[in-house]
Amino acid sequence: MALLQISEPGQSPAPHEQRLAVGIDLGTTNSLVATVRNGSATVLPDALGRPLLPSIVRYLPGGKVEVGYPAQARQADDPKNTIVSVKRFMGRGLRDVAHVEAAPYDFVDAPGMVQIRTLAGVKSPVEISAEILKVLRERAELSLGGNLSGAVITVPAYFDDAQRQATKDAGKLAGLNVLRLLNEPTAAAIAYGLDNAAEGIYAVYDLGGGTFDLSILKLSKGVFEVVATSGDSMLGGDDFDQRLFCWVVEEAKLPPLGPRDMRLLQVKSREAKEALTFHSESSINARLSSGEFVDLAIDTETFCRITQTLVHKTLGPMRKALRDAGLTPDEVKGVVMVGGATRMPQIQRAVAEFFRRDPLNNLDPDKVVAVGAAMQADVLAGNKPQGEDWLLLDVIPLSLGIETMGGLTEKIIPRNSTIPAARAQEFTTFKDGQTGMSFHVVQGERELVSDCRSLARFELKGIPPMVAGAARVRVTFQVDADGLLSVGSKETTSGVEASVTVKPSYGLADADIERMLRDSFQHAKEDVHTRALAEQRVEGQRLLEATRSALQADKNLLSADEAAAIEKAMAGLESLLSAKDHRAIKRAADALNHATEDFAARRMDEGVRRALAGRKIGSL
Amino acid sequence: MHNHFELFGLTPAFSLEKDLLEKAYRDIQSKVHPDRFAHAGDAERRASLQWTTRVNEAFQILKNPVARAKHLLELHGVDVAFETNTAMPPEFLMQQMELREALEEATEKKNSQSLDRLRSDLRREEAVLEKQIADAIDGRKDYQGAAGLVRKLMFLDRLDEEIDLAYEATD
Repeated sequence: MALLQISEPGQSPAPHEQRLAVGIDLGTTNSLVATVRNGSATVLPDALGRPLLPSIVRYLPGGKVEVGYPAQARQADDPKNTIVSVKRFMGRGLRDVAHVEAAPYDFVDAPGMVQIRTLAGVKSPVEISAEILKVLRERAELSLGGNLSGAVITVPAYFDDAQRQATKDAGKLAGLNVLRLLNEPTAAAIAYGLDNAAEGIYAVYDLGGGTFDLSILKLSKGVFEVVATSGDSMLGGDDFDQRLFCWVVEEAKLPPLGPRDMRLLQVKSREAKEALTFHSESSINARLSSGEFVDLAIDTETFCRITQTLVHKTLGPMRKALRDAGLTPDEVKGVVMVGGATRMPQIQRAVAEFFRRDPLNNLDPDKVVAVGAAMQADVLAGNKPQGEDWLLLDVIPLSLGIETMGGLTEKIIPRNSTIPAARAQEFTTFKDGQTGMSFHVVQGERELVSDCRSLARFELKGIPPMVAGAARVRVTFQVDADGLLSVGSKETTSGVEASVTVKPSYGLADADIERMLRDSFQHAKEDVHTRALAEQRVEGQRLLEATRSALQADKNLLSADEAAAIEKAMAGLESLLSAKDHRAIKRAADALNHATEDFAARRMDEGVRRALAGRKIGSL
Repeated sequence: MHNHFELFGLTPAFSLEKDLLEKAYRDIQSKVHPDRFAHAGDAERRASLQWTTRVNEAFQILKNPVARAKHLLELHGVDVAFETNTAMPPEFLMQQMELREALEEATEKKNSQSLDRLRSDLRREEAVLEKQIADAIDGRKDYQGAAGLVRKLMFLDRLDEEIDLAYEATD
């Protein structure tokens, strides 16, 4: 029998029960949900015991939506309404999408993000991804027997701001409280590192269905520090299928194909690719709608030859990440392989050759990301006592900057900066009497704006007329812990301000999300109001709980009056929680947040003071 | 302005014990990082974001030799003025031009071995300069003299960035 535990006087153990938190790997090909139960992380299977959920969504007449295996089974019959690999379209315009011609969809070139016309209407990739997330949320709630308190959703490390924001929006749309967006290779490193008590420099080679990431991390006791990350958000296992599909079309001398035949041969190509991992030869057989029968055999040698350029494409990012980290391949202690595509023998060989060591394959490459995400969700939910948790220091993958005269980019936050990060830069006027300035926010490494990704445009107006070069406009970039950017600008001599969360120009405005939410409820049992009320209650409970434990720990930082004001705001919120007015709960929560601002800042200062206690403070 | 050394409880000096800095950085991060407050209220999350951002910025500055030296000199009221003061000794400029020519040649020929050589030469020179800067700032307290050395180091830094771009072109 376990002994009963008693805590140190003055240090109460976490007063709450374990919160239900999950990690979600929202993959190009497959998605998974995992959680930590009784101290160990496990992937949650569906009712039939299957851990993977194929990331495939099919829209049917009458508002019905199929996700996963049922959609997969019908993809060749209904290719226009069955969306596969939607992750490739997240936060992307039509121009950015590779192999558009080989995708059997009715694309709609909407500003910012591409959309797809289905029989259920025009759908954005965010809405389609939300369908996948909803299924995983329901799976988790059923399996864990309660509402989820929060979720960590993983994204490729090389995802840009637009792609990250789209993922977070999909989470919100699916009714998830997104605790954090976590980079996939970092999640894998957590799972691997904790499992193997790894210390030192590790590389994570993550080749998923549609994306490639290479991250280099420094692992030491209790700290996971990403040193550099690199990759290609348009390269993945899908491209190997595509190469094989093109080979089939060429070898069989096929005429241009309709959507159905195209999807059929793509599925067959994928199956052949997977077979070639374990066999030296595989075949592709399919009857096309014309009645023609395709029957081809392919051996590993041919497959390696036709995919050689793809394998080679992963070497550049590997070298770049090492250079950014200031390391040589010899200094890397181990290479963790992630993503189903790393099962291909030619990938294993290329990585082994580059790092001159055998890659580490002792974790399931399909599950390791979800497992790591679940572990991080457990920490973020506050389920781990202090001392048993860890610190995760991640970076932004691509530099953020502003367009200057002549279409050049001025980098403001360089790539591989540890997040959260902020940086300010001053700009000035070009003409006498200029009263406005327009800014173009971009992300990428190239000198020319046209080679970078456009994130947002905004204007600062009302600058008092001055001679050219006299105005001082300070532009501030802030990147939060999810890697998401917000930008502010201010003319410092006059105090004119403008700020923008870098979102509406490519992605969804809050109004769009609200509309999508309403749409999605038309076919659901719950209604918007019930959902909003439930969310505000959870949020309110969480805030009360957090404030209570903050008071318990650090009440001595407050005067009696200050403490009384906070307690009053708490009582105000508490009394409204059982009422049915979600707006009133929100107002009371805002009031409590406002009342605790100073307290929060003081607690933070105190935390730093304690961290440095016993050290002599240097002086000039 | 903030004294970034003070934030980490370190004595302001160019020669820095990296381990001490890293330890202090991690100790503070483990108290203020947003991951510690993912479930807290807005007020605490905001305070955490601000603190972490500041700690990250200070850490970046102290880790990087050029930024650390500039910060130290600014604390002593000396502006490195890289943008306005570009007068450099002629022999240094000659040497820089030669290095750049070598870089251009290596880039054109996509020769990564010459890039490797160039980089290791550069690293050696950087180390020599850093030693001189430490002597000037920590030893002689010759801040004006140090500013000239820091400007040289910035030249080398830029070259280093260009070598990175050249590597990318050869990939």
